[in-house]
Amino acid sequence: MGAFGGCCGTVTEKTLSSLAVGEGGVVSKIGGDGGLKRRILEMGLVPGTEIRVERKAPLNDPVSVWFRGYELSLRVDEANAVFVRPKGCAGCSGGCR
Amino acid sequence: MGYTVALTGNPNTGKTSLFNALTGSNQHVGNWPGVTVERKEGRFRMGDGEVKVVDLPGIYSLGAASLDEEIAADFLLRSRPDLAIVVADGSNLERSLYLAVQMLETGTPLVLALNMMDAAAEKGITIDVEKLSALLGIPVVPTVARRKEGIEDLKKRVLDELKNRTAPLNSFALPYGERLGPLFDEMEAFLTTKPELIPGLPARTAAVKFTEGDSVVLAAAESAGLLPALESILSGSGAAVESALGYDLQTAVIERRWGFVSGVTAEAVTRDLSLKTRLSLSDRIDRVVTSRTLGLPLFFLVTWAIFRLTYALGDPLVEIFGGLFESLGERSAGFLAAAGLSDVMVSFIQDGLIGGVGSVVVFFPHIFILFAFIAVLEDSGYMARGAFVMDRVMHLMGLHGKSFIPMLMGFGCNVPSMMATRILERPRDRMITLLILPFMSCSARLPVFVLFSGAFFGPHAGTAVFSLYILGIVVAVGAAKILGSTLFKGESSQLVMELPPYHIPSAGMVFRHAWERGFLFLQKAGTFILLSVVAVWALASLPWGVEYGSEESLVGSIGKVLAPLFQPAGFGFWQAAVALFFGFLAKEVVVGTFGALLGAGEAGLAAALPTLFTPLSAYAFLVMTLLYVPCVAAVAAFKRETGSWKWTFFMIAYTTLVGYGGAVLVYQGGRLLGLG
Repeated sequence: MGAFGGCCGTVTEKTLSSLAVGEGGVVSKIGGDGGLKRRILEMGLVPGTEIRVERKAPLNDPVSVWFRGYELSLRVDEANAVFVRPKGCAGCSGGCR
Repeated sequence: MGYTVALTGNPNTGKTSLFNALTGSNQHVGNWPGVTVERKEGRFRMGDGEVKVVDLPGIYSLGAASLDEEIAADFLLRSRPDLAIVVADGSNLERSLYLAVQMLETGTPLVLALNMMDAAAEKGITIDVEKLSALLGIPVVPTVARRKEGIEDLKKRVLDELKNRTAPLNSFALPYGERLGPLFDEMEAFLTTKPELIPGLPARTAAVKFTEGDSVVLAAAESAGLLPALESILSGSGAAVESALGYDLQTAVIERRWGFVSGVTAEAVTRDLSLKTRLSLSDRIDRVVTSRTLGLPLFFLVTWAIFRLTYALGDPLVEIFGGLFESLGERSAGFLAAAGLSDVMVSFIQDGLIGGVGSVVVFFPHIFILFAFIAVLEDSGYMARGAFVMDRVMHLMGLHGKSFIPMLMGFGCNVPSMMATRILERPRDRMITLLILPFMSCSARLPVFVLFSGAFFGPHAGTAVFSLYILGIVVAVGAAKILGSTLFKGESSQLVMELPPYHIPSAGMVFRHAWERGFLFLQKAGTFILLSVVAVWALASLPWGVEYGSEESLVGSIGKVLAPLFQPAGFGFWQAAVALFFGFLAKEVVVGTFGALLGAGEAGLAAALPTLFTPLSAYAFLVMTLLYVPCVAAVAAFKRETGSWKWTFFMIAYTTLVGYGGAVLVYQGGRLLGLG
């Protein structure tokens, strides 16, 4: 995971799967392999997107995320490819680049 | 003159309703060349214009993630329809616009159908249609396809575009920003000196798509020999852009596109925030439906109810159909015999033809009812929730959450359950599920289990039957694991699935879907089943004059040849081989065959069977009956769903081998334990 250095100072980056239900954040990057990464990006989970973990399945996998006005479910190993930082930094997402 | 128009859009945007509203009953279902994905076409006329509409599988983007999506993306990029109608969900414009923007970049003339405007209004969403049209530079038509609103207007705008557009729409250029822009300029300048990578695709879009790693454009660049040159631009100028932006080029391209989409949405959409509290009905349902405590029990309850209802409602109809064909067969036999036809011809018509058609038609009720339920599940949005709560469990077996539904249905009849694999979008999930379905013990196997268990296991008959059901499940799970890590190793399984808002399914759509599936089964699987029934009839009746299915018939001879093979499994006598052969018609026929061969009625069978079987060999025979090749109708359904003879033969061979291996294992193992 490591630290996220940017205009907000050093902020811990987390994976989407490590967030609890109701927790939110801003997507910072998508890791993972080619097909899955492209799929996640094209579904709208691009850097700068505000997200919120909406619910988790009864066995904690998959997780469901709310963003851009709709709800998307991802397996935990897919959600591991999505990195988020706390929402407090959302305001600087443009300036960070 | 005729035009070809593609209908594309995200799943859950009412695309199918719109297709139905546009083309009415003027539809044709075929297959895309070489694959099993259905190709739906329809037509509409307006004035002197005739338009062919090709309904493409629902996609979120042109970057295909599954076979269905590949077909849609390939058709849009390569076949270049005269125009594409992009269906957008008015109640969730932002998500729908991504595809529309990607389509704009391809230079294909577009009309945007802004569907589900009623749902948008309910959510307090207002869309400035004029502004949206101006921002995108294409006609935008609001529609409510379920109530057929806006359809005439849509047709009119489509024809206007088709007739009046002289040049392709090449003017749209998405603002990729000051970093990516120059990179695309450089690539575009290079590409314009070469022949078009994909005919009709603007050079700049080709550059963009190459940069984001689009497989269609990548392949085209490779075959044009431009791969090294383009890659060197990316590793030079592209790398500089990457380090300036802080993330890779693929992320950058897609991020900019979404940025544009968000911008357009923000300008064209206004939300009445006072309505926000009301729209959480979907959310309130989800609190229960996907909850930790109730999620799974509720899903089991729903699927169990569907299972029970499908067969409870279908079975009486099947009996009526079956009876109808039986009496039809008997009457025609009487009539034909009176007319002086030979016994062989009468038997051919009665047992072969009419019996064959009957054995196809009896599946219709179950397929119709099951697909009505599936349509309700899919249309209401519950299917996605079911997959969501079940996915963890099914994924352990290398399957998808939705695989649970066909597997459960398999306990009733393998035929509709195989057709139900259609709910799985990814070919890998669909193939593995199809391949393990024959092991789910269908209701036609039960009479065989009951007969043998009653005859051999006395007070433990119930346990014996139950153990066979469990064995079927264990073998299915094991086969799924093995297939997933061998034949389908390279293909990854993905979930990444939208949970659409709940809505009330329309009765018309449900009926249409159910009817279509049932009808297509009759049409496509019918011939194969009929031919197989006739072939079995011939084998049982030849040479001329022998008693049907007797020792002297071809079937009897084949049985005698095969019998020694079954020696290691404990039933190396020709009657068993013949019974298994006839079991291919329908597994319950095994019972009737033994009845005929042993000269005992079904009642006397329990007493007659122990002359052939020991309890151990009887159990081995049941294991064989459970696992070996499913009946001809299931094979036909399998062929229909995979579209491949190769896979069909593989399925026949591997299930039979598993069945044989299982039977041998039981018999030899039992003997080692001193049970023989």
